[in-house]
Amino acid sequence: MELNFQFDWHAAIASLPYLLKGLPYTLLISFGGLAIGFVVGIVFGLMRISPTRWLRIPAVVYIEVFRGTPVLVQVLFIFYGLPTLLGGPINALTAGIAAIALNAGAYISEIVRGGVQSIERGQREAGLSLGLSGTQTFQYIVWPQALRRMIPALGNQGIVSIKDTSLFSVIGVGELVRQGQVYIANTFTALEVYFMIALLYLAITLSLSMALNLLERKGVVG
Amino acid sequence: MSTTDKWPIVRLQKVNKHFGNLHVMRNIDLDVAPGEVVVIIGASGSGKSTLIRCVNGLEPFQGGRIEVDGKTLEPNGASGKSLQAVRTEVGMVFQQFNLFPHLSIRDNVTLAPRKVRGMTKQQADATADRLLDRVGIADQADKFPGQLSGGQQQRVALARALAMEPRLMLFDEPTSALDPEMIGEVLDAMRELAKDGMTMMIVTHEMGFAREVADRVVFVHGGEIVEEGPPERVFDEPQHERTQAFLSRVLKH
Repeated sequence: MELNFQFDWHAAIASLPYLLKGLPYTLLISFGGLAIGFVVGIVFGLMRISPTRWLRIPAVVYIEVFRGTPVLVQVLFIFYGLPTLLGGPINALTAGIAAIALNAGAYISEIVRGGVQSIERGQREAGLSLGLSGTQTFQYIVWPQALRRMIPALGNQGIVSIKDTSLFSVIGVGELVRQGQVYIANTFTALEVYFMIALLYLAITLSLSMALNLLERKGVVG
Repeated sequence: MSTTDKWPIVRLQKVNKHFGNLHVMRNIDLDVAPGEVVVIIGASGSGKSTLIRCVNGLEPFQGGRIEVDGKTLEPNGASGKSLQAVRTEVGMVFQQFNLFPHLSIRDNVTLAPRKVRGMTKQQADATADRLLDRVGIADQADKFPGQLSGGQQQRVALARALAMEPRLMLFDEPTSALDPEMIGEVLDAMRELAKDGMTMMIVTHEMGFAREVADRVVFVHGGEIVEEGPPERVFDEPQHERTQAFLSRVLKH
């Protein structure tokens, strides 16, 4: 057997069409999960700072459970464990999206809480003193400012969650890593294929970073 | 212009407030007549800011009652709907301006008229431009609060409150956060407002301004109204030793 330490660019390029078939799954799990996770995060983040105890407690429990356990265990639990409870199988894609949504949702809850609490009390008081209701004050004054402050932390969470989807190859979703593993099994080009997979993740995360930077810069006024 | 014969627009009766063990307002009784300018003075921590913050319900109180323009605020935050009704009729200017940094100057002024009064954008913009002109910053309407000086920001805050056409204006140390050279422009705007007959309750450390503009000066110490009267009497012949001690300290320099 001949040893070959050369990086084979042809092999790398040749793997690309196959890897790209996994890209839509990676994107769907990442951004689908994050979109749902954002809604979940807003709901539980606001519950977390509610003056009402029975809203606060479930939020704390949810956040601690899903921040305190690995996302890999969460997705395995959903995919292999939940069907036993539900009495029917769960589609791997659904399980992946749900895991990202619940995991990112817990972190985003804390981001939302921090963002809202960082707005000076005087802003709320000014809104109320003008006769706006509590809801209007939140909607027009507190939330837009909080959201702007949350952008860097949300960007971080987005990047973390995108990378987390690589773990979901274990439940057989045909995302980037899974596609790569199958391809390597047939071609023995691990070096080239994992390099290409890394590049593809970098392309996704860099695009997200750049988009958020743009969003942040557009809103720096004030 | 003391019009005490008219029904008071603000009436505080036996108002008490505690912060934990601290008794910050003790049996406060205070009536304010329509068109009257009442200046509240006192040392830091005397409860003077707390007093006016109770009038629009930003601070809850534990005992007594507060009537504003015929609507009653109840103790322990149990006022319900009347709280928002009171706030709609009462404007407030804060020490830290509290402009909305994410909105343009014009939008700062139009937000409440549009969302609370249901004004159209055109109506609200016209009102805003008129009010901004009145406080001397018509040319800044498209800027954002962060681009304005402190004095300009505070005048915007005044215009923002006036856009709701309040029956009463509260001022919580409106010049305390300003650089000295900007205090004058804010006091001038307030002087104009007083001249136009606005009912005003003002907490301030500007004694010269108080003497000139106030119909009545109220001295607060330890959560109590110790002395009140026309400015000439309170400033020139203070009756209570607490008032004398306070004035000798603030008027010396």
